[in-house]
Amino acid sequence: MNWLIDFFGNADNWSGPDGIPVRILEHLEFSAAAFLIAAVIAVPLGLLIGHTGRGAFLVVVSANTARALPTLGLLVLVVLLIGVGTVLPVLIPLIVLAIPPILVNTYEGVRGIDADLRDAAYGMGLRGHQVLFQVLTPSALPLILLGLRLSAIQVVSTATVAAFVGLGGLGRFIIDGLATKAYSDVIGGAVLIALLALAVQLGFTLLNRAVVSPGVRQVR
Amino acid sequence: MITFEDVTKRYPDGTVAVDHLSLQAPTGAITVLVGPSGCGKTTSLRMINRMIDATSGRILLDDQDVRAIDPPTLRRGIGYVIQQAGLFPHRKIVDNVATVPYLLGWDKKKARARAMELLELVGLDAKLANRYPFQLSGGQQQRVGVARALAADPPVLLMDEPFSAVDPIVRASLQDELLALQSELNKTIVFVTHDIDEAIKLGDVVAVLRVGGHLAQMAAPATLLSEPADDFVREFLGRDRGIRRLSFVPAKGVRLGPLPDDLVVDADGRPLGWRSDGGLLPYGTFNPERDSLRAALDAALLSPNGAAIAADGDGRAVGVVTRDALDDVLIRYAEKSLEHEPEPGERVAADDHGRAEP
Repeated sequence: MNWLIDFFGNADNWSGPDGIPVRILEHLEFSAAAFLIAAVIAVPLGLLIGHTGRGAFLVVVSANTARALPTLGLLVLVVLLIGVGTVLPVLIPLIVLAIPPILVNTYEGVRGIDADLRDAAYGMGLRGHQVLFQVLTPSALPLILLGLRLSAIQVVSTATVAAFVGLGGLGRFIIDGLATKAYSDVIGGAVLIALLALAVQLGFTLLNRAVVSPGVRQVR
Repeated sequence: MITFEDVTKRYPDGTVAVDHLSLQAPTGAITVLVGPSGCGKTTSLRMINRMIDATSGRILLDDQDVRAIDPPTLRRGIGYVIQQAGLFPHRKIVDNVATVPYLLGWDKKKARARAMELLELVGLDAKLANRYPFQLSGGQQQRVGVARALAADPPVLLMDEPFSAVDPIVRASLQDELLALQSELNKTIVFVTHDIDEAIKLGDVVAVLRVGGHLAQMAAPATLLSEPADDFVREFLGRDRGIRRLSFVPAKGVRLGPLPDDLVVDADGRPLGWRSDGGLLPYGTFNPERDSLRAALDAALLSPNGAAIAADGDGRAVGVVTRDALDDVLIRYAEKSLEHEPEPGERVAADDHGRAEP
């Protein structure tokens, strides 16, 4: 507790290029960039694979890779390959981490839709893209959002690794704190990351209420 | 008119679902395709709106080959009702019903007004319009399914076992409502079921299919019952063909006798029971204007003294048919049916049973 008071009570921690606000912003920048790029890749891919049934192996491969691949290892590998100095060494592992939950849940959301519903949609005279966007996507939305939320929380938590390669973000408090035995910084940084993850969770809960039809929200 | 000309559906693995099927579903009538599972009835239905394409042969909608029309365009002009209703879960009931009008580019206000009309037509409360499908019972969802199929007023309606997932009581009332709707709308309906009783109740024409997609017999229900083409059809029709045939003979010609003294009626003339020493005895009624001979016979069997009470539309007793009078009618009918079969037009759209009262 004292450590927390030391960390959050220290006025120096709240200003300057290594203050809490700046670190939070940096952290959010990496996270948001990685998350958005992942979403732009994985949502359409998941929808397409779920709708057409083609390329389902990609989903399986991606799900397994996610479990097997250590983010930190990938980070070191990318650094070795392209060096430090840019933001890429952090973005690539984070994107790789972020894609599978989105891809798997989007795919499952679309694929898991009742065959009768799909049949009725075609039978009413909807064209393929209308079936996908007017029927399948809205029905799968709860699962798509679940995938996005899991992914966003993982990215926010894992963006800590940016500090390993000399970039900013909340990881700095932890890495630097460990190096200098400033444990209040370590704990403070960890708490901030946890709070950020909670904020993401809350954001998705609100988003869910705003965009998911009550007709499908209740069912799942 | 929907015409199947030598239509075959063969799947790549060699299975033949429909084998050289030729038949016509007349305009403005209900044609029922019935048969055991694997007889190709659903496949045949789905070839009409091109949910499945035939391997060979032609299907004509009036004079146009369905293969010449792009499937989504074709389907927007054909109502389609399926077993599980298949309502869109994320849309309100009113928007579900307006699906095809929206696709056809109607403006939202007009489409919704039309949807509200249809909800009323299928007997649903306007309050349900803003609910979501999961908030409705199975029977209500199926009504919405029918309303949705009718929304753009298509001349043709395809119904694929629409009532088989609801309980028997709801099913019977959905069937009655379909007949009532059809008497107003005169759509060309193709209806698939595995339930022969449903087929006989609903069909103007019934096509019995056998496994492998062969047409075993196609006829009006009364003809089917009296002259099954072969053992398969006979077996599929089941027992009691003779009694069931009476459903198609109007009770109108039955001679009514005066109300006997031992029939107790209330102040409005509605029957209460037969007087006896031990209190009132049960009775059965039928409506001679509307019901069939089967209902009259059923009503007679419900009374211990064997007399059926004829009641008018308001339930007031107007006469009594004794067992002897009924026997005469049945004998005359049996003799007549040796000479000629009743015409489909003679059919009564009434329920099959007399109303039983305490």
